[in-house]
Amino acid sequence: MSLLTLIFVLLFYTATATLVVGLAYKIRLYAKTPAPLRIPVTPAPITRWGVVARMFFEVTLFNSLFKANKWIWLFGWLFHAALLLVLLRHFRYFTDPVWGWIGAIQPYGKYAAFVMIFGLAGLWARRFLVDRVRYISSPSDHLMLALLIAIGLTGLGMKYVSHTDIVAVKAFFLGLMYFDWQPLPSDLFLVIHLSLVVLLMIIFPFSKLLHAPGLFFSPTRTQVDNAREKRHVVGL
Amino acid sequence: MLDFETPVLKQYPIIPLIQPGVMAHSKPYVAKPEIQGKIGFPEELVENWQEVAIKKMGELVSKSRALRVFLDSCVKCGACTDKCHYFLGTADPKNMPVARQDLFRDVYRRYFTFAGKYFPKLVGAKEMDKEMLDDWYSYFHQCSQCRRCSVYCPFGIDTAEISMAAREILDSVGVGQKYCNEIIGKAQTIGNNLGLREPALLDTLEGLEEDIEEETGVVVRLPLDQKNADILLVTPSADFFAEPHVDGLIGYAKVFHAAGLSWTLSSHASEAANFGMFIGSHENMQILAMRIRDAALDLGVKRIVFGECGHAWSVAYNFLNTLAGPFDFLDPNYPVPQHICEVTYDLIQRDLLTLDKSANDDKVLTFHDSCNIARG
Repeated sequence: MSLLTLIFVLLFYTATATLVVGLAYKIRLYAKTPAPLRIPVTPAPITRWGVVARMFFEVTLFNSLFKANKWIWLFGWLFHAALLLVLLRHFRYFTDPVWGWIGAIQPYGKYAAFVMIFGLAGLWARRFLVDRVRYISSPSDHLMLALLIAIGLTGLGMKYVSHTDIVAVKAFFLGLMYFDWQPLPSDLFLVIHLSLVVLLMIIFPFSKLLHAPGLFFSPTRTQVDNAREKRHVVGL
Repeated sequence: MLDFETPVLKQYPIIPLIQPGVMAHSKPYVAKPEIQGKIGFPEELVENWQEVAIKKMGELVSKSRALRVFLDSCVKCGACTDKCHYFLGTADPKNMPVARQDLFRDVYRRYFTFAGKYFPKLVGAKEMDKEMLDDWYSYFHQCSQCRRCSVYCPFGIDTAEISMAAREILDSVGVGQKYCNEIIGKAQTIGNNLGLREPALLDTLEGLEEDIEEETGVVVRLPLDQKNADILLVTPSADFFAEPHVDGLIGYAKVFHAAGLSWTLSSHASEAANFGMFIGSHENMQILAMRIRDAALDLGVKRIVFGECGHAWSVAYNFLNTLAGPFDFLDPNYPVPQHICEVTYDLIQRDLLTLDKSANDDKVLTFHDSCNIARG
C-alpha cells in the first residue's frame, strides 16, 4: 500500500468517526436539553401533523427564508438542492451494484455541480456586496464558502479537465467500507478534492454546519401551538 | 427633547446603510441596589463578574434547548438583517438581529466551543470584557422581544430568547435595568406595575363607573375583589390609568355588562403584563404568574380573561398554564386564559351583543401590533 493510500485510509476513518460521533453527541445534547416553555412562532400549527407539514416545507422549500429575502433564498436553495443531487450521485462510489435510481439521476447530477457553484458564488458575493452581510461575516464564513466551492471545482476538474480512474476510486471506497484497502489513484484533483472533503467532514460538528441537525430541534418551529389545551411541563 | 430624524414611511421599506455605533450611547437607567436586592439579584456589579457571567451563561444554555440550538445554528445568511424595527429606525448594525445575537454568541463560542477556544479570531469569538458588558447593556435593551426576526429566520432563531438570557446574565452580575426591575418588585408586593394600592384602584374604578353612567346613562359596574364572580379579568395596570388604555377597560366593562356576565378585577393580581419575561427571569415570571392563580382560587372564579397587551398575552397564552397551572379548578368549557377579544367574538357569534355599527363608523382603522408584531 502506498503512503498516499495509507494516509487517506486513516484520514477517512478519522473524518467519518469525527463526523458521526460529533453529530451524535450534538444531536443527543439538543434532544436532552429541556425546552422549559412553549415558544412556537406564529403562525404555528395546532397539531403534531401540522408541525410535520411545517417542517417538511421548511426543509424542502426553505419557506421562511423565501419570505425573508428572495436572493438568499434563490442562491441558498439552489446550492442545497444541487448539493443533494451531487451527494446522491456520489453514491455510485459506495454501492455495488449501483442502485437503479442512483444510476437514473447520474445525468442530472453531472450538471448539478455547476448549479451548486453558482449558488455558492451568489452567497459569497453577498458577503462582499451587501454592507449588512459584510458586517456579520467572520473569516470562517468566507472560508466555509471557499471550501465548498473548492470541493465543487476540483470535482468538476476531474470531470472536465483531467480525468481520474474512477473505477479505482470506487474500489478504494468500497475497500474502506469492507476493510479491504485498495490503492487510491494519485491524481492532483482527486487528492485535493478528497482532502477538502475530509476537512469538511471534520469541521462539520464544530461549525455552523450544525444548522442541519439544529433545524429539527428549533423549538420555535417544532412546537405545537397548544399551550392552553395541553399543559407543557418539563422535568425542571 | 432628543434630536430625532424621523424616517418617512414609504410603500416599500428602504433598508438603511449601516452606521456602526450610532446607538451605542442608548441605554436604560441602571437599577438601584435596593431594587436589585428586592427581586433576588446582586445589588451592584459583583467583583468576579466575568466568572459569574460565564457560569450563568453555561447554566442557562444547559437548561434551554432554544439557546443551545440557536447559538450553534446561525449561518450568518443575513435574512434577518433588515427585519428589526430597531435596525430600520437607527441603522446601527448591532441592532440587526444576527449582530445582536452575536454579542452573546461570540462570548459563548469563546468559552464553550472548541472552535472559539482554540481559533477565536477565525470564528469571531470574543472575551467577556467590560467593553462587551457595556455593549450587552446597551444593545440587549434595544430589543423589544417582538420576535419578528424569528418569523424570517430559516432556522427559527429567536433573538428574544437570547436577549432574555443576556438580561438574566446582566442581572445575575448585578447590572439590572431600573424600569423592568423596579416594576417587577412593585407587581410582586403591591399587585401591579404601577404600584396602585387597593384604595386607589377602588377609587379609579368608581370614577370609571361614573364616567360610563354620565356618557351612556347606564349603570355599569367595575367590581373589585368580588368573591364568586364567574370571570376574573386580568388587565395591564395602564388600563386603570392612562389614555387611551382606559378606553379599553371601559369597553371590557360594557361588554361584560351587555352580555350579563358576572366578573371581577383582583387587587392581588391587578396586572396582566409579566415583566419577568422581559428580563428572562423564570423565577420572577413564575412568582408573578402565581399571583393570578392565587387570586382565581381566592375569589372562587370559574374563568380567567386577559385584557389586551401584547407581551402580557404572549406570556399568558403560552406560559401561564406551565408556570401556574394546572387550572383544573376552573370551568373546562373555556380556554385558560381567554383573551378579551375571544370572549367578545364569541358573544358576537352567539348574538349576545347588540352592536350599533354606526357608533364608530367615522373612524379609520389600522392594524398595529407594535409590542409583539402579529403575535410572534
